[in-house]
Amino acid sequence: RPCPADEVFIPPKFCDNRIVSSKYTVWNFLPKNLFEQFRRIANFYFLIIFLVQVIVDTPTSPVTSGLPLFFVITVTAIKQGYEDWLRHKADNEVNKYRVTVLEDGRRIQKESEKIKVGDVLEVEEDETFPCDLILLQSSRDDGTCFVTTASLDGESNHKTHYTVPDTERDVESLNATIECEQPQPDLYKFVGRMHIYKNNEEPSLRSLGPENLLLKGATLKNTQSICGVAVYTGMETKMALNYQGKSQKRSVVEKSINAFLLVYLCILVSKALVCTTLKYVWQSKPGQDEPWYNEKTLKEKETNLYLNMFTDFLSFMVLFNFIIPVSMYVTVEMQKFLGSFFISWDKDFFDSEIEEGALVNTSDLNEELGQVEYVFTDKTGTLTQNNMEFIECCIDGHQYKYRDASSEVDGFCVTDGPVNTVQQKAGREREELFLRALCLCHTVQVKEGFIASSPDEIALVQGAMRYGFTFLGLESKTMKILNRTNDVEMYELLHVLNFDPVRRRMSVIVRSISGETLLFCKGADSSIFPRVKQEEVETIRMHVERNATDGYRTLCVAYKHLTAEEYDQVDSGLREARLALQDREEKLMAVYNQVETGMNLIGATAVEDRLQEEAAETMEALQGAGIKVWVLTGDKMETAKSTCYACRLFKRNTELLELTVRTLESPGKRREDRLHDLLLEYHKKTVQDAPPAKTRVASQDYGFIVDGATLSMVLNSSSENNLHDYKDLFLQICQNCTSVLCCRMAPLQKAQIVKMVKNSKGSPITLSIGDGANDVSMILEAHVGIGIKGKEGRQAVRNSDYAIPKLKHLKKLLLGHGHLYYVRIAHLVQYFFYKNLCFILPQFLYQFFCGCSQQPLYDAAYLTMYNICFTSMPILAYSLFEQHISLEMLLENATLYRQIGKNAMLRWGPFLYWTLLGVFHGLVFFFGVWFLFSNPALQDNGQAFGNWSYGTIVFTILVFTVTLKLALDTRHWTWINHFVIWGSLAFYVFFSFFWGGVIWPFLRQQRLYFVFANMLSSVSAWLVIIVLILLSLLPEILYVVLRKPRGPYARQKLVQSSAGGIQSPRSSARPLLMRTFSDESNTVS
Amino acid sequence: MVKQESESANRPDNTAFTQQRLPAWQPILSAGIVIPGFVLIGLAFIGIGVALFVTSKSIQELEFDYTGYSNESPCSSCAQSVVANCKCSLNFTLTTLLQGPVFFYYGLSNYFQNYRRYGASKDDNQLYGDLSYFTSPSSSCSPYDYDSSKKPIVPCGSIANSMFNDTFTLTWTVNGKTNNVSLDGKGIAWWTDYNVKYRNPNVTPLKNAFNGTVKPINWAKPAYELDASDPSNNGFVNQDFLVWMRRAALPNFRKLYRRIDASGDYKNGLPAGNYTVDITYNYPVRAFNGVKKIVFSNVSWMGGRNEFLGIAYLVIGSLCVVMSVVMLIVYAKFKFPDEE
Repeated sequence: RPCPADEVFIPPKFCDNRIVSSKYTVWNFLPKNLFEQFRRIANFYFLIIFLVQVIVDTPTSPVTSGLPLFFVITVTAIKQGYEDWLRHKADNEVNKYRVTVLEDGRRIQKESEKIKVGDVLEVEEDETFPCDLILLQSSRDDGTCFVTTASLDGESNHKTHYTVPDTERDVESLNATIECEQPQPDLYKFVGRMHIYKNNEEPSLRSLGPENLLLKGATLKNTQSICGVAVYTGMETKMALNYQGKSQKRSVVEKSINAFLLVYLCILVSKALVCTTLKYVWQSKPGQDEPWYNEKTLKEKETNLYLNMFTDFLSFMVLFNFIIPVSMYVTVEMQKFLGSFFISWDKDFFDSEIEEGALVNTSDLNEELGQVEYVFTDKTGTLTQNNMEFIECCIDGHQYKYRDASSEVDGFCVTDGPVNTVQQKAGREREELFLRALCLCHTVQVKEGFIASSPDEIALVQGAMRYGFTFLGLESKTMKILNRTNDVEMYELLHVLNFDPVRRRMSVIVRSISGETLLFCKGADSSIFPRVKQEEVETIRMHVERNATDGYRTLCVAYKHLTAEEYDQVDSGLREARLALQDREEKLMAVYNQVETGMNLIGATAVEDRLQEEAAETMEALQGAGIKVWVLTGDKMETAKSTCYACRLFKRNTELLELTVRTLESPGKRREDRLHDLLLEYHKKTVQDAPPAKTRVASQDYGFIVDGATLSMVLNSSSENNLHDYKDLFLQICQNCTSVLCCRMAPLQKAQIVKMVKNSKGSPITLSIGDGANDVSMILEAHVGIGIKGKEGRQAVRNSDYAIPKLKHLKKLLLGHGHLYYVRIAHLVQYFFYKNLCFILPQFLYQFFCGCSQQPLYDAAYLTMYNICFTSMPILAYSLFEQHISLEMLLENATLYRQIGKNAMLRWGPFLYWTLLGVFHGLVFFFGVWFLFSNPALQDNGQAFGNWSYGTIVFTILVFTVTLKLALDTRHWTWINHFVIWGSLAFYVFFSFFWGGVIWPFLRQQRLYFVFANMLSSVSAWLVIIVLILLSLLPEILYVVLRKPRGPYARQKLVQSSAGGIQSPRSSARPLLMRTFSDESNTVS
Repeated sequence: MVKQESESANRPDNTAFTQQRLPAWQPILSAGIVIPGFVLIGLAFIGIGVALFVTSKSIQELEFDYTGYSNESPCSSCAQSVVANCKCSLNFTLTTLLQGPVFFYYGLSNYFQNYRRYGASKDDNQLYGDLSYFTSPSSSCSPYDYDSSKKPIVPCGSIANSMFNDTFTLTWTVNGKTNNVSLDGKGIAWWTDYNVKYRNPNVTPLKNAFNGTVKPINWAKPAYELDASDPSNNGFVNQDFLVWMRRAALPNFRKLYRRIDASGDYKNGLPAGNYTVDITYNYPVRAFNGVKKIVFSNVSWMGGRNEFLGIAYLVIGSLCVVMSVVMLIVYAKFKFPDEE
């Protein structure tokens, strides 16, 4: 939005330069933090329970639920307060930083927060910019400065920024206004213009682009000092705008927890309802409502019956509210937080090349790593190394392949092509033109080697160097190259027509010493061929296609002479477009397209992008784990296809189904019709004719290839005039194929695909992995986004949930960590619900025997401590250290991953099992002791036990049983497990003695005084505790053992098969499976 | 330089803990362990079960309902009258010696001592002998905190107020001679209740501590006169009071009343012969269909008679043995061939 010049300087319109990342101040911390915490539904629920306890006369004191809630709230508040204090400190450091402002020709030291828009600042080397600045003056001669944006996007290479032309000489006498767009978060976009007023002349106009803008947070490098004018300050800087957190992703486990919570809430409410009803039914019997020994108070008699019912209902809710424990949330959070450390600590994820390990950006999704069904991977930099190597080139249809050992004079040698001798090849002139094109047409910087945003360019420049043309660097718009005869050639760089993924090409316009104006263009074949003279195309096309089939990345190089008039026209067109404030991109594009026509094709290059280490093994392991791998790439089909073959995503026997622009071209048919036919045909093949999934007969393997153009046709097709919805058909085909390759994808299309799969039937869990800025959209879209710490900057890493250095680490991340995390947290959740069900059920049953009077079975201390102290640590330790199958085994046998697929451990089946187990245990605890108490004289001195002894016996059995149940489930006993499991039990015994051994002055009633010790003095109590614990665990032991005939056997078999080098069976619909199965049946029989 | 530093900083620690490679014991419940284990546990349980069952069977227990619902019952007249201290007596005959030590319980049914409001209706500070709570009892005692003339009740609350007040004496008739069986009321309450949890105020005579207070409405005598024969058995540490104050867990319960003093003729228990229990019938239970019982029982190391434990051990023990047999079959059928 261009604002009128006279408005620009009204100061109040701009915010000051204070950065406020903190959420709270000292004053609003308490209310605001509490408000935010109680916005969480669970905390709110516990608050309600607490308030009910305070207001209504309830069986348990408010302390029992108040204390845990207070604990949780306090811990969270302290954590958040500390984090906010850190933010305050960081903010202050930034805001109070002393900066130098030029005012009226003097240098004034100011605090950073006092900077106003329009201030001219001086920044020294290695300082960070205090706000977004337009570069006016640089201490370097050429009006450039170097910055690194490591703290913004993680790219540590030096970027060149330019001063606004005509301003660099004398800032003090500069009189100018700046118009710029509204602040927006895109780091790489900026549009503005500057009016420069010189004594009464017509104001001159300069366009401002991202190359003039120095971003807050970036650091000045290799430049002594610069002057700049502040354009965006404070919260309007691009850094601050980018600060906003990402949207929260929620894992399936969390959804399951919520569903289970609902069930337990229903159980809770129905329990309270049943008890309330029974209470009033029971009271209606004669003599029961108010026996003579238990008269009501006056107040109780006077209260309205319905109000009484309601308070009774609330009391029961309070009594049973422990069934939904506040501590579960704490434990789950802690498990996730602490558990995620194991990923960042894993030394297998450490890459010595970049000297970094894995990075965990969120710990909420640990368990989701064990649930992945679809992996969407980028190709370049992810499947491949993005480490480009110049392989060969072709000039005018002659192939030049570089060989180190070749003795040929000019370093060229010929492996094919029409003629074999140097002289009869393309000719020296053409060769040199081609190599000059490679040397000039790029944006590489020279600084201790070559630095560029794209590794392809470096490979090309290095390739040219090997053939004798060395790029020496760019100095004040002059490019220098060292040619084969060791002469320095100088070219004036007039314009760079930047690369963008839509045009898929870039150009430079240079002027040679001799005054010739040349345009060099390089780009993808599809974008170059239509723009060159057609007679040149055929010979080169052959080479390009062959190179692409070999898996090389190809680029075509073309040039064009520009006459002076042509150049002037282009020049003015470009300047005009660059000055435009609106639609600048479109206008520039139009000029680019206009100039890049009618070129002469010189040749093509082939660059190899080597596969990542263990890319094929990783892909195979993922497929073995039942994960479908889709490759989404912007690269061309042939290259991508060959990569897929190399990664073994496609195999020799895979039947490829192609749905690309090429297959749609058929004579005499509209493309839409052809698309329709093909879709139906493929659908028939893969979906309708496929054998039912149950039969183990291996069916044909299908691979599906689709390109961006066709995809948009499919996605945009209006379904009204078609019988079938294309999108549906397409999805079904894709889902029935082993692997899918989508090439020529725009970044947004990648996200579209992910979204489409994500929202398809059964809502499968998706994972996107990529390394570049073009993968960010799909990384954000997928359930789990993985960034590779690759060479294309750090944007993907910043937006990812987890970042790993290499693709090969994905295998351990999913099959190892993901599997374990899922099993751990699933067990944690089920166990938590179970242990609270069998905790509260006896209390519920007791209501039937105490006239539904809300008499608690357990003492308040036990009610409070059960979840906090007695049973919380073992499950936390379990959920951090359990390895039901060792990591090696998980990695060797990818099929194990399928066992936990589709949220297997948190479906309604297992939930029902755990719930029934909890009910069974609760019944055993309560009625076992009930039978014992048919004669309460349980001591050998004839004395009788009372109600608190009853509760304590039940509670002791309960604590021991749930802890031992966990011990039974633990397959991996580290010393920590031993410590916490036996320690918890010991603590329980110790605490009970202690709690019952002292008359506590702060307690109103000394209910438990010596109850525990007296209990232990009774042999019967011991015996009933032992027998009930065993009875409770018996079904569990039986279940474990009777399952075992398959258990260890299967395990042995897996060891055998992996030891014998047989890969684990892949999918039930793959030919490999048949082989593996028959192999196995051979070994068995 | 910077790079070198960051290298050492970034590289994860290669410790067993961080790499999740802590040495671990990985127990596998294999048939080789579980089947013998089950057999052993099963046999042990059967052994304990037999011992428990035999012990329980050897415990003699005599139980008599004296509520007086039916007209044949000796106390039927007392049950219908509202006169205090109504007397009735109950006769029974022992054909063999009731092996000592013999305990004398009273039992109540359908009586909810575990009612929540009932249970909370006492003042522990008062019962701990704190005089300041004598004049202002805790509100939890309501409606038994003040009497109609607004005088504080000590001990306050429903539990104390509803203290069981039937009394019993036992006589043994042998060869026409009637002997009073001496009953020992000491040590029927928990030692800690008697010595620590409940205390009389430190005032002598005890009566003075209760100045300005009234006895519970249903009590015949004030707390300091509960036991005329033994001054140390008065106030809050009266054994019958302590027994009553320890609330029963279930609505059908028994509480220890007396022990048969093991001396003279009763050294080995209650000898054979005709016995009469003289009952002072005070406690009304008919309003809520309650039942009153008296029980004579001896105890063993496992306490009073309780067949549940023995049966539970026998059942679970045999279950273990049966299961180990089942497992053996399962393993023999499915597992062993594969291991070859």
